[in-house]
Amino acid sequence: MAHISDLIGTDIDAYLLQHQHKSLLRFITCGSVDDGKSTLIGRLLYDSKMIFEDQMAALEADSKRVGTQGGEIDFALLVDGLAAEREQGITIDVAYRFFSTDRRKFIVADTPGHEQYTRNMVTGASTADLAVILVDARKGILTQTRRHSFLVSLIGIRKVVLAVNKMDLVGFDQAIFDQIVSDYRAFAAQIGLDDVTAIPISGLRGDNIASRSEATPWFDGPVLIDHLETVPLDEARRQQGDLRLPVQWVNRPNLDFRGFTGQIASGVVRPGDVVRVLPSGKQSKVARIVTYDGDLDLAVAGQSVTLTLEDEIDCSRGDIIASGNPPEVADQFETTLIWMAEEPMLPGRSYWLKIGAKLVAATVTEPKYKINVNTLERLAAKSLTLNEIGVCNISLDQQIAFDPYKDNADTGGFILIDRMTNATIGAGLINFALRRSQNIHWQALDVNKTSRADLKGQRSAILWFTGLSGSGKSTIANLVEKQLFALGRHTTVLDGDNVRHGLNRDLGFTDADRVENIRRVAEVSKLMVEAGLITLVSFISPFRSERQMARDLVETSEFIEIFVDTPLAVAEERDVKGLYKKARSGALKNFTGIDSPYEAPITPEIHIVTTKMSPEQAADLIVERLRDRGLIKGGWHGPEI
Amino acid sequence: MTTESATVSENEPKPLLSPVALTHLQRLEAESIHIMREVVAESDNPVMLYSIGKDSAVMLHLAIKAFYPALPPFPLLHVDTGWKFREMIAFRDDIVAKLGLTLLTHTNPEGVAQGVGPFTHGSAVHTDIMKTQGLKQALDQHGFDVAFGGARRDEEKSRAKERIFSFRSAQHRWDPKQQRPELWRTYNARKQKGESIRVFPLSNWTELDIWQYIHLENIPLVPLYFAAERPVVERDGTLIMVDDDRMPLRPGEVPDQKMVRFRTLGCYPLTGAVESTAATLPDIIQEMLLTTTSERQGRVIDHDQAASMEKKKQEGYF
Repeated sequence: MAHISDLIGTDIDAYLLQHQHKSLLRFITCGSVDDGKSTLIGRLLYDSKMIFEDQMAALEADSKRVGTQGGEIDFALLVDGLAAEREQGITIDVAYRFFSTDRRKFIVADTPGHEQYTRNMVTGASTADLAVILVDARKGILTQTRRHSFLVSLIGIRKVVLAVNKMDLVGFDQAIFDQIVSDYRAFAAQIGLDDVTAIPISGLRGDNIASRSEATPWFDGPVLIDHLETVPLDEARRQQGDLRLPVQWVNRPNLDFRGFTGQIASGVVRPGDVVRVLPSGKQSKVARIVTYDGDLDLAVAGQSVTLTLEDEIDCSRGDIIASGNPPEVADQFETTLIWMAEEPMLPGRSYWLKIGAKLVAATVTEPKYKINVNTLERLAAKSLTLNEIGVCNISLDQQIAFDPYKDNADTGGFILIDRMTNATIGAGLINFALRRSQNIHWQALDVNKTSRADLKGQRSAILWFTGLSGSGKSTIANLVEKQLFALGRHTTVLDGDNVRHGLNRDLGFTDADRVENIRRVAEVSKLMVEAGLITLVSFISPFRSERQMARDLVETSEFIEIFVDTPLAVAEERDVKGLYKKARSGALKNFTGIDSPYEAPITPEIHIVTTKMSPEQAADLIVERLRDRGLIKGGWHGPEI
Repeated sequence: MTTESATVSENEPKPLLSPVALTHLQRLEAESIHIMREVVAESDNPVMLYSIGKDSAVMLHLAIKAFYPALPPFPLLHVDTGWKFREMIAFRDDIVAKLGLTLLTHTNPEGVAQGVGPFTHGSAVHTDIMKTQGLKQALDQHGFDVAFGGARRDEEKSRAKERIFSFRSAQHRWDPKQQRPELWRTYNARKQKGESIRVFPLSNWTELDIWQYIHLENIPLVPLYFAAERPVVERDGTLIMVDDDRMPLRPGEVPDQKMVRFRTLGCYPLTGAVESTAATLPDIIQEMLLTTTSERQGRVIDHDQAASMEKKKQEGYF
């Protein structure tokens, strides 16, 4: 890895001193499959002498064996890391490469160009300050070029290098280069990319990469490495913003020390600065900036710090310490979502949303529109599928502090997490807060749930019956209610079929509609619990996520999940309503258990195996369990049991 | 690392007149600290894998900084194959005592019972049983849900594609096609019971960064990294140090005293020494910058088969 610097051999101490002051630029390379992206990265590593002899020897051997350059060195082999990729000749995931010159260290996010991997490009772009967009000089601006540029602009990268590659294959023709550059600039301006530096290169031959090519005497711009070494970093802009310190962790080694740790997202901080903790809005002053190397007089965006404050105010993980214009606080937003999971986004389903160090429950509305990333057209949409981008409103279960994404990626960008699999299924950018969230307040009521339930001499609860169609949910729920009624309890029943005739008659049986179906029923059940009632809900409710969402709406002790467990074969054999027959014949689509999944509860409060007991025995068992839980105690109307 | 100082303002925050230029090492340090704090805030039972080498030394130093003035709120775990250099073990015990940290060590008892070792079983079997299986045993035994490792993306091609928060199944398997997208600095550390996450705070550091940082921060290192006269034999083009009498000498083999040092440390029979006179950090960095072979070349395990690291990682190796 010999750097060219002569100091290494002559004066290593001077060399080290110089290299300790290098800056860091992170960039992303984007291009279509055959634009020569891997070759360019291989060339950058090679020209900055980051390839060792043993790696070079291995590369030469591999190039002869599986290379695509007719036995010549195939740089692409250097960067296609996984065996699966080398065999298929594709790049399947974002990879990070490192090289350094005498002036800078570089981290390159190398992302594949295929359509199905928009997810990876957005991921790679999220940490980059600059994008190198590759264009094949023979092909000019392609659909993929537009798509990559749009994503780069969406994720907030402001600086673009347009690398017109394979110039050797068009005879280094200036007219071709100029035409491509002018086409690109016209398009780039439309999507807000105006800082574009165009360079004619050949990744394979090395023209205009590290040194000026004799083949392009007409080109007077910078060569690629020079440009990357000198382009101004985003850190100046970040430091000039208002202070934002998302609090990660509170350091309390003893009673005398309470330090708020985090990486400064923007701005600067000094001891004595007046700061505000959001969302609470409490104010204090910075006492110290504590580090292992001694207290600091100043800390800037990008540094990980520990602050102590002069006053004992509430501040915990997920809060933001801010100065200057404070961040906004809201619980409903318009956002741009990039969907990253195989399973489509379901409006109304509850997801985890992580923004900075804050984790909250979120539900997404139906998209206002989705964006065709090739044409930038806005299209109507009911949902978002893998790699789709759409604009949706999001509503949270609590208020958070944030900035619009365009102002601050760290306090305005978030990820969505599936509550069951814990997979990261989407990324989002906050556009703005919805005003109505500031105008709807919970009405504080003097008569509350407890007093209403007390009046009835009971504790309110939801008995949530879930199971396949024909499993016996409604039959058992009906018997349970009769027993409770006889005991003088105040009850009500929400039954799947009945609710679908009224409240939910606008909903069908797609996954998205099933989610909305359960969301409404869960909200109604919550109101019934508020009214002090024991509420029996009898719904197939096939998805764990929605049952979890219903559970989360009420207190832990108020939700009792009853799994009416009937094997599919038995339910189908009974087929009371003749629905299985219809589903099997194809006359009924999206039928649970046939062509739509049923996710059985993992730890239900009560598990009824209907093949082992009659509905009456099941009802007895349930009432007994409710008694064990103290739900049927006392009462003004019935006998003490 | 400190930033250049500026005058202290009274009350209202003042903007900077000119930006403070953070060096690449300051930015790497800040990122690593952020990652460590995120783990501590989100996990139930974290642990730091400590292998005694230079990367572990940097990782430990960063942990001390991340949680200062508290001590790192997790123990260190050393999976001891029983074949580490004696100087490594002495250094380990010394550093842990000085810092006042908790060290757990684990040696695969089944491997010990079967007498598994590199000379008798070969590097592949030894590495699998004493390292990979030993690591899994230790993680399961203590119920650790997150384990820090000192791996870097510049080390090897499959590492370049691994996330900083690398999710593992309940069987410790890595699935390169099911990795979670990692955006901005927002890490998803959620998992089900039984599943775990390996976290690599040094992902974006290179070998040169590590050495420069050790130099700048005066981080103590195992003396084996520095050149000294040591008894070695040359085998298959690799210089192996005769660290104890468990090493069977081949007919005609006589250990030579040579000035050597190690670029990377592992089990002594599997770690090749290089002839060197570099006895100070600047000398070592100079030698590294002028050298023409990559650092893992001295490791026997990587030569065993093509794509070997990718396969090992899928099986649960760090």
